[in-house]
Amino acid sequence: MFDFVSFIPRAIMQGIPLLFGSTGETLTEKSGNLNLGIAGIMYVGGISGVIGAFLYEQGVGGAAGMNGFLAIMIPLLSCLLGSLLMGLLYCFLTVTLRANQNVTGLAMTTFGVGFGNFMGGSLIKLTGSEVPSIALSATNSYFSKSLPFASKLGWFGQIFLSYGFLAYLAVAIALVAAYVLKHTRVGLHLRSVGENPQTADAAGIDVNKYKYVATCVGSMIAGLGGLYYVMDYACGVWSNDAFGDRGWLAIALVIFTVWKPNIGVLASFLFGGLYILHIFLPSGTNLAVKELYKMIPYVVTIIVLIITSVRSKRENQPPASLGLPYFREER
Amino acid sequence: MHNKVREPLFHIVKRDTLPWYQAWGIRAIAIVLALLLCALITTLCTHLNPLKVFGTMFGGAFGSSRKIWILGQNLAILLCISLAVTPAFKMRFWNIGAEGQVLAGGLAAAACMICLGDKVPNALLIVLIIAAGIAAGAVWAVIPAIFKAKWNTNETLFTLMMNYVATQLVAYFVIVWESPKGSGKVGIINQSTEAGWLPQIGGYKYLLTILVVAVLTVLVYIYLNYSKHGYEISVVGESERTACYVGIKVGKVIVRTMLLSGALCGIAGVLLVSGTDHTITTTIAGGQGFTAVMVSWLAKFNPLGMIFTSFLLVFLDRGAGEISTVFGLNQSFADILSGIIIFFIIGCEFFITYRLSFRKPAKKEAAEHV
Repeated sequence: MFDFVSFIPRAIMQGIPLLFGSTGETLTEKSGNLNLGIAGIMYVGGISGVIGAFLYEQGVGGAAGMNGFLAIMIPLLSCLLGSLLMGLLYCFLTVTLRANQNVTGLAMTTFGVGFGNFMGGSLIKLTGSEVPSIALSATNSYFSKSLPFASKLGWFGQIFLSYGFLAYLAVAIALVAAYVLKHTRVGLHLRSVGENPQTADAAGIDVNKYKYVATCVGSMIAGLGGLYYVMDYACGVWSNDAFGDRGWLAIALVIFTVWKPNIGVLASFLFGGLYILHIFLPSGTNLAVKELYKMIPYVVTIIVLIITSVRSKRENQPPASLGLPYFREER
Repeated sequence: MHNKVREPLFHIVKRDTLPWYQAWGIRAIAIVLALLLCALITTLCTHLNPLKVFGTMFGGAFGSSRKIWILGQNLAILLCISLAVTPAFKMRFWNIGAEGQVLAGGLAAAACMICLGDKVPNALLIVLIIAAGIAAGAVWAVIPAIFKAKWNTNETLFTLMMNYVATQLVAYFVIVWESPKGSGKVGIINQSTEAGWLPQIGGYKYLLTILVVAVLTVLVYIYLNYSKHGYEISVVGESERTACYVGIKVGKVIVRTMLLSGALCGIAGVLLVSGTDHTITTTIAGGQGFTAVMVSWLAKFNPLGMIFTSFLLVFLDRGAGEISTVFGLNQSFADILSGIIIFFIIGCEFFITYRLSFRKPAKKEAAEHV
């Protein structure tokens, strides 16, 4: 029998970083910026949180002196600051200096992953530990605290209530983002900037401002994905390269959800499930098949990409000016 | 009437094409600034004289003949992948799946070496390996191209996903071909017979790769600049509508160019697997598919310029690797340094294309209007 009660919570926990990443990337793409640096930004978000938490834990001398509010706010704010800086860098290069978005994004990924691993490596050296990782178990205990009565509610509690607060924040942010995009004036303006910046500009919308704000907010949301991964999913343990290719998977998820963050909530859990399916599927002693199972999320994304382009329904298309720089005086 | 309009401090004007020496001058200034920033960061991290650190970098890249050979080998492979992605970029087809295409080529080569290693004569085997590698790379690249040509499927995302499919496929076969069992790697293929190993020229392990890539560089340069196909590629890249108007079949050009692009990646895979490494792992391309995008773009899609840009990136990587071992930093330091330099070069392109035109002082303005 397939074990749903243990599968679903794991799928959801696996899906939350993807949800943060894809919500952030959707906002960014709606403004016409294809930010391929999202993988790097999530790394930077994660490591910034780790640095903040590490300094705080060291500063107050271990778990005993820690204040719950500060233990959460310091990593949270340093994570937001780190990813905001990356977002600003991306905007400055692509919006103000009109650089090529793909190249900038890939450079950001190289830089971000390098930054994360370098800082991680330096902190590991600082602690002088035997294993190549930093454990922030005290901070983790604050981040992964679930409702006190969750464990008493059996399978219901395990499936719905067993997560840290960042998981619920991810869902809330995705729903708010979907509402803002679809039902508010700001969202309308943002979409028009991504679809046709010339028209938006003519209508008196400050295109550069929208691009900057959307991309920076998007980066900060994506950075939270990195923070969630380290502090909650990985139990406060940072080890280099552990985050893997989740950033790219988040970009895939944006296509999968056809640029709708509310669909993203369920889709990210589905992706999380696909990502760990290889652990749960029976494969007997044949380890090789497991590697093929790991291919599933990518193959599914390709199929969705193909289907949306073949059907070419107008509401399911990428923003029309995605990936193109905007220069008012260029016709 | 005194109608005062606020004039911004400066506005941005597109430049006429700069002469090449000015354009390269601006790039050189950017690289120097980037190196200064890198020096500053390195000094902060290591508390050492930055000149000494740069000396170490040179030592890491050119310190011994072995190091120079490795530099040449890395340079050749990166250049080969960059050459592969360039024709596609020139027609604005963002192929960031070079990683997967190299893996596919390498996988096909490894498959031939393992399955046919002792069944066919060595010369035939090598021909088969090369053909299979090229075909596999081309197939991996042409799948997204067909969908792009027919349904305008987003190629950036499609090729990106194909990377991971290729990685998992290799991971699968690595376990199938495991030797010895349980080690999780393939090990050196045909170590005793050396069947399917590309020949070494004059006893130099890396010379063949370097020569092959040198020839390819010239061929791609000629193809892009002096052939009908190359011309069609640049027309499609400048404007698809113009291409349609003059009767170029855009879909056909896309598919043909991606076949070429994938085939070149396949060659890189064969050179890696059959030429030097004699084994296959999932990380054989080592992220160079992404680095190649930057190499190609930094050189403005000019194959000869790419020799220089790929040298710059490989030098940084080798040099920063040396800094890491000598001063006990970790290897990712190289990524940070190359990231900074690339950001500066990306940023400086703006000053090559555009000019800032500052507000003129009010008096002078008035005098002009009289």
